[in-house]
Amino acid sequence: MAHAADAAHADHHDHLPSFWRRWFYSTNHKDIGTLYLIFGFTAGIVGGLLSIGMRLELQEPGLQFFSNPQAFNVFVTGHGLIMVFFMVMPTLIGGFGNWFIPIMIGAPDMAFPRMNNISFWLTVSAFALMLCSLFVEGAPGSLGFGGGWTVYPPLSTAGHPGPALDFGILALHLAGAASILGAINFITTILNMRAPGMTLHKMPLFAWAMLVTAFLLLLSLPVLAGAITMLLTDRNFGTTFFDPSGGGDPVLYQHLFWFFGHPEVYIMILPAFGIVSHIISTFSRKPIFGYLGMAYAMVAIGVVGFIVWAHHMYTVGLSLQTQAYFVFATMVIAVPTGVKIFSWIATMWGGSIRFTAAMQWAVGFVFLFTVGGVTGVVLANAPVDRYMHDTYYVVAHFHYVLSLGAVFVIFAAMYYWFPKITGYVMPEWIGKLHFWVAFIGSNVLFFPMHFLGLSGMPRRYADYPDAFAGWNYVSSIGAYIFFAGLFIFIFGVIYSFVRKEKAAGNPWGEGATTLEWTLSSPPPFHQFETLPRVVDTGH
Amino acid sequence: MAETSQHRRKMNRTALACAGIVVGMVGLAYASVPLYDLFCKVTGFGGTPIARDSNGSEILNRTITVRFDSNVSPSLNWRFAPETPEVKVKLGETTTVHYKVTNKSDKPTTGIATYNVQPDLAGTYFSKLECFCFTEQTLQPGETLESAVVFYVDPRLAEDPDVKHLTSITLSYTYFPSKGGQPVAEATSSTKPIAQ
Repeated sequence: MAHAADAAHADHHDHLPSFWRRWFYSTNHKDIGTLYLIFGFTAGIVGGLLSIGMRLELQEPGLQFFSNPQAFNVFVTGHGLIMVFFMVMPTLIGGFGNWFIPIMIGAPDMAFPRMNNISFWLTVSAFALMLCSLFVEGAPGSLGFGGGWTVYPPLSTAGHPGPALDFGILALHLAGAASILGAINFITTILNMRAPGMTLHKMPLFAWAMLVTAFLLLLSLPVLAGAITMLLTDRNFGTTFFDPSGGGDPVLYQHLFWFFGHPEVYIMILPAFGIVSHIISTFSRKPIFGYLGMAYAMVAIGVVGFIVWAHHMYTVGLSLQTQAYFVFATMVIAVPTGVKIFSWIATMWGGSIRFTAAMQWAVGFVFLFTVGGVTGVVLANAPVDRYMHDTYYVVAHFHYVLSLGAVFVIFAAMYYWFPKITGYVMPEWIGKLHFWVAFIGSNVLFFPMHFLGLSGMPRRYADYPDAFAGWNYVSSIGAYIFFAGLFIFIFGVIYSFVRKEKAAGNPWGEGATTLEWTLSSPPPFHQFETLPRVVDTGH
Repeated sequence: MAETSQHRRKMNRTALACAGIVVGMVGLAYASVPLYDLFCKVTGFGGTPIARDSNGSEILNRTITVRFDSNVSPSLNWRFAPETPEVKVKLGETTTVHYKVTNKSDKPTTGIATYNVQPDLAGTYFSKLECFCFTEQTLQPGETLESAVVFYVDPRLAEDPDVKHLTSITLSYTYFPSKGGQPVAEATSSTKPIAQ
């Protein structure tokens, strides 16, 4: 792999702008990445606190904390929207994507640095609107929108006359616009700014993941924007896109939403796939097994992800043939996903594995994501889904792939790239302790939800029959353990900054072959003023 | 990176193509509304009855019950009922059923009727020759109007494995206050004293 010769003599070009110019007018991809990471973490704390509120309420049967159960629904909705649009996406795409895509492909910065800045501040504005939405009237007599992150009509049109959802829709518009601009930026960067010699087939897998993700964003987000604009005009300007009284159909909204919503779940997990590949390869000291298969598996997941949306809608009255098609198409996704899982295992096979903190998180991800994938295959069956639809089994499923999947990778990436981003070493025991607390906490939190769902406990209710009390109690305890783990992470970050142990350019040794490890830690403010040349095919 | 103007142009082209995709997808999202409507009308998806010009099918010796359900939105003070709750018809037989709708309020109001068939899958086979749907209807206070629905149940229903054992189909009509012709607020306000 190439060695960047510019690291040493680049220093005298590093005229850092003033604090305000550096962080508020920032056009530097690394600074914007850092901003995204801080933003995503902050939003994650807010979303996490909402979920702690939910678990406190559900710990015992009856109403403990929410005298108005609608407020519980608002918490559920806020938790979902914030975690999807303001935690996972900004962190994985905006944060790690901005930080490492230009470096990994040997580019000095993103293609459109100023557009990058707009993307970030649009996301922040969107989050502000989303928070406003929690404090204005939604359903008559209560604050905030409580119709779930899917925002189905007619509950979202007729059921919430207050302005809360209008704030929410505008928040999604801004967040969507930010993501679309970001996606255009990533595509342009990856297609046009790779270092000489780095063909697409030599590109690191994280870059592949981001390329596919960016295309998914480009194709799916406009559909969400269209659908929620129709909702907005239905609510405020008397159109009847989803209103039967004017010839509209609420089911159309579900089709439009899930045409966005299903690719969206891959948007959240594909960057994670890319990162995990690097971590596992680094700490197995082996190149990733089946590089091309890994890259094209992600492309296949992206393509097939667009033609399976109605598996979220088995209960709306689809004909048997339609259901059969969506069952089949959905199960096809298990094939490229299986290719990835087995390639990760094959990468570890025979490697000289080091169980660093990042590696523990990555292996934990592979295991837990597989659990979530298997329950996904169960739910893909229309007849099974008819029983499980809107139960806690579904909640367990998508938290295994997102909360224990995407979030585990976010922490894996944090511990993997922390020395590169900050220039400081974080003691390994912190990441490992955090991993075991989070691993135990999240499984205690989400595994019992399978049992609750199988016994028929429905989602999105503040109360439940006494029969469900036991596992709900266990689940709540798990939530507190998982949340407590965050303090270990925060402690680790502060401790590392106080300790100031300088990190080497490549702290992970010979397994770390991507270009970011050829630079100093942290990388110079402007990297690759002399372009690196990619000579061999090592991945 | 050497910022040649040619390279800049290439990047701008990529960005422009991406922006084109975005505009195209927004366009498709909106185009899906009429397309979906068309799709439902053609295939009977979601219980949308098929509108046909004439009944060219043969009459089978199998009867099916067609039930009539009529509803009025709470914000419209109308009375709306079919002349009979249900009829037994042979597959393929053309049948006419009358509905009566009366404005009980003291103001002229405008309503619009929508319909649907249950079960959804029977929509493909419930063929309408004449109906009073999606046309605005203004009724003077106390005025009564009689409207006819002319329909037949397509005999191909007997061959569809999904619905061939069906013994009854429900045709459901709902009158809503019109949002187009007359302001909804007016139609709503006129009914408020009675609703209380």
